[in-house]
Amino acid sequence: MTSNEIAGTAPSPDQILRELNLDTQAISTINHAGISLRNVTKRYGEKAVVDDIDLIVEPGEFMTFLGPSGSGKTTTLNMIAGFASVTEGLLHIYGKPVAKVPAHKRDIGMVFQNYALFPHMTVAENIAYPLKRRKIPKDRQRTMVKDVLDMVRMGDYGNRSPAELSGGQQQRVALARALVYSPRVLLMDEPLGALDKKLREWLQAEIKRIHREVGSTFVYVTHDQEEALSMSDRIAVFNNGKIEQVGSSVELYERPNTLFVGRFLGESTVLIGKRAGSVDGGTTVDVAGHQISVPGDRVGDDLAVLIRPENIVLYQEGYRPDSASFQSVDVRVLGVTYLGSGWRYEVLLPDGSSGTVRVSHSSESFAEGSKATMVWHVESGVLLQDSGELGESTT
Amino acid sequence: MSQISAPSRPRVTSAGKVGSEANQRAPRNWKPFLLLVPAFLIVSLFFLAPLVDVFIRSITDPRLGLQNYVWLFTTETNITVTVRTFGTALLVTVVCVLLAYPYAYLMTIVGDRTRNLLQLFVMLPLWTSILVRTLAWMVLLQDTGPINGFLETAFGIGPLPLIRSTFGVALAMSQVLLPFMVLPLYSAMSKIDKRLLPAASNLGARPITAFFTVYLPLSRPGIFAGSITVFILGLGFYIIPSLLGSSKEIMISALMYQQISVFLMWGQGTALGIFLLAATVLILVVVGRLSKGASMFPGVEK
Repeated sequence: MTSNEIAGTAPSPDQILRELNLDTQAISTINHAGISLRNVTKRYGEKAVVDDIDLIVEPGEFMTFLGPSGSGKTTTLNMIAGFASVTEGLLHIYGKPVAKVPAHKRDIGMVFQNYALFPHMTVAENIAYPLKRRKIPKDRQRTMVKDVLDMVRMGDYGNRSPAELSGGQQQRVALARALVYSPRVLLMDEPLGALDKKLREWLQAEIKRIHREVGSTFVYVTHDQEEALSMSDRIAVFNNGKIEQVGSSVELYERPNTLFVGRFLGESTVLIGKRAGSVDGGTTVDVAGHQISVPGDRVGDDLAVLIRPENIVLYQEGYRPDSASFQSVDVRVLGVTYLGSGWRYEVLLPDGSSGTVRVSHSSESFAEGSKATMVWHVESGVLLQDSGELGESTT
Repeated sequence: MSQISAPSRPRVTSAGKVGSEANQRAPRNWKPFLLLVPAFLIVSLFFLAPLVDVFIRSITDPRLGLQNYVWLFTTETNITVTVRTFGTALLVTVVCVLLAYPYAYLMTIVGDRTRNLLQLFVMLPLWTSILVRTLAWMVLLQDTGPINGFLETAFGIGPLPLIRSTFGVALAMSQVLLPFMVLPLYSAMSKIDKRLLPAASNLGARPITAFFTVYLPLSRPGIFAGSITVFILGLGFYIIPSLLGSSKEIMISALMYQQISVFLMWGQGTALGIFLLAATVLILVVVGRLSKGASMFPGVEK
């Protein structure tokens, strides 16, 4: 509305959007989003690295792009940052079309995987760099640098050179440098990839705290599903240049839409079978002769039932639950791992694939090679379409 | 032992110190040093000994005293020749930096195949005799040569003094010395993190600002190393100035030749040589101070 008045005779962003036959609803969504991608495609030659994706990141949201390497998540981030051009589609940041805006005018913060600190400058000079480019007076620069260093708890390190800092400290300096000019959007490209587990968990908590403090829109790229599950407001799961599903951690974990999402997030046991029939509100799947009931329905005859390992209990072979609300299949134990909090069994499923079962101490224990029956509640099974592709399992 | 926690040093260097001290404390094995003997003998016999001889001649020929150095610094021709020599070497250095910088940068951004090809183009002249190349320049640059011929027919400009002038000398010297600038520059540039320029632009720097605030400072060690090599080599050039330069505008090496071979003034010739050596060492020391931390020698890491 105000942008109309400012634009004068030149076509306003809204007018351009209207010419593209977008309805008022869509235009309003774009204008109120933190970041909006609409039919965005990135092609290198013939190959579409990012293939016609739609995504709305709400203002102030912590959004994670999760996916295996080569899935298009980093390319999408680079398009938002302005390091990669948009081949087709609309890219808006806080309602402004930015596809044609060069990177240095986008006013977006970014934390790189390898930190990308300037080695010839001190920590304080690194952080003052974006302030100098914005011609902020010297004395104000000093207080801003000090404040942001305090926020990332690196207050005493201003005069150090980046080479004298540990990986975790360098990452916090990189974060400070990206935050010092208060960008409305902060992008992070696998920022914790090079750090060890303890440090990574601590920095995850730090990043969450800083997100709450500054309230900017964060986009976080990772291939680590645990990191994604623990940090994000919402996760967009990338695969083969497309977004498979967008949702909260709980939604993605408990109600995946595709087999890929189910397998990529957390551990899973998947039974592959064929449609055998329908019961009220559910479907029966034939898994190598076993009739398995699952709630819901899906398109097609090639179906899969996904169960989370913690929802499965192992019983002696031949055990048959007496209630119809429990499902069971016979399995053979392939491997046993002691987890401390319980046991994890690798089991051979009737369909020939292997699955995972996690049980607590109180349950019966099974030896490697022994036979058992795997039992779960019908409601904890998730019916999915069997896309035929083998999901990449990450643990 | 006590140096392990030398408080005034930054942590990185003190760690390096600890390592080298550990080496020293290990039982000494002197046998590998035998490998140095041939080189040591050759350098002593054929470089150090003549150098001492040169120095002694410069203060004893024709009689003991500093008269040769007094002559060196009081004769106007000598001053002019020295200034011209340093000026030409400086000009060549600047030309080489300007030509080599984009070339070396190109080498860092292309694929392996193209890079090998570019490297080959740099090295190719080095594998050709300097005399052949100088004669080729004479053919190209002479008043009746193809360049002047083209200028005459295309623009009607009469033969330009391309040869027998500082222009010709500087041109041919730059061509010969270019590899010594390209290689250290490339070596320095290839170490610059490729993500730093996108990072700078993300932080709000226009491409030109990003270059001057990030890329240029980080490539400075290469500029220093290349410039030192080109400048010092340029000071001692003899063939190119004598073939392409004017006999009225000689450089210091020609002056030395003249003193020794034509006038048989061994004392004055050797004094010039010692002066050139001293000036070179002085430049190395001064630039070494300026470029703190950067290696002065192409290919040698600090």
